[in-house]
Amino acid sequence: MNILFYITSAFAVFATLKVITNKIAIHALLYLIASLLSVAVVLFILGAPFIAALEVIIYAGAIMVLFVFVIMMLNLGKETIQDESNMLSKKMFIGPSVISLLLLAEIIYMLVHQSLVPLPMKMIAPAEVGQLLFTKYLLVVELGAFLLLSGIVGAYHLGEKEKLVHHRFLKTGKDIA
Amino acid sequence: MSIGIEQGMLLAAILFLTGLTGLLVRRDVIFMLLSVEIMLNAAGLAFIVAGSAWGQADGQVMFIFILTMAATEVAVGLALIIQLFMKFKSMDMNKANTMNG
Repeated sequence: MNILFYITSAFAVFATLKVITNKIAIHALLYLIASLLSVAVVLFILGAPFIAALEVIIYAGAIMVLFVFVIMMLNLGKETIQDESNMLSKKMFIGPSVISLLLLAEIIYMLVHQSLVPLPMKMIAPAEVGQLLFTKYLLVVELGAFLLLSGIVGAYHLGEKEKLVHHRFLKTGKDIA
Repeated sequence: MSIGIEQGMLLAAILFLTGLTGLLVRRDVIFMLLSVEIMLNAAGLAFIVAGSAWGQADGQVMFIFILTMAATEVAVGLALIIQLFMKFKSMDMNKANTMNG
């Protein structure tokens, strides 16, 4: 199990690095799906089979398919890729990478100076999660429902095309001003 | 050699910082949204590792809430991207800096 964890982690990190350095959007998306699937395997090894399934179904399945739909709908041509390669020079990676590596060094320092706690690797059953979700965290579940509803309304409103006729007496948008 | 809390947290940190670097470097809106997704996923992974260390289900519950938020954020973000593309005919975020009023 342990060697599996390390191999999968390495693959997740590699795929994520490919996501942020790729020029073509759909290739980056496919790498991100690979990364999410390997994170799902890590979650399974850590003893969260229910969350691993959710990661595959919702993250890699639903959310990424939404991205694919939008990229297909926008039909980005060769110009976008050209723009992207003009913008993305090696020099641009220096500053953010230095910041990130500093933060990583701090986290590694913090983790090294702790006593080592081996994970129990006990599987936590979905029933336990569900029980906690609908007793202790019931209020947060309802807030999540609010959030999803506002997300639906917001996405519908923002995704709408601009109306050409606002009202039958005000034929053009100019009259409203 | 067993997997400690360090290894799991280190993986989450590396993934999060990769996402952060991507968010700072890229100027394409779709890549920025993808980077945010990477960061959210890494935060969820950290919750699972912590929950696994204590053997309790609270971490997994938090992951479900992060998942909910990520789904909402992607739906609204992609609608915004479509609007932006219709207005500016480009995915370049730098072209959208003319907002006033």
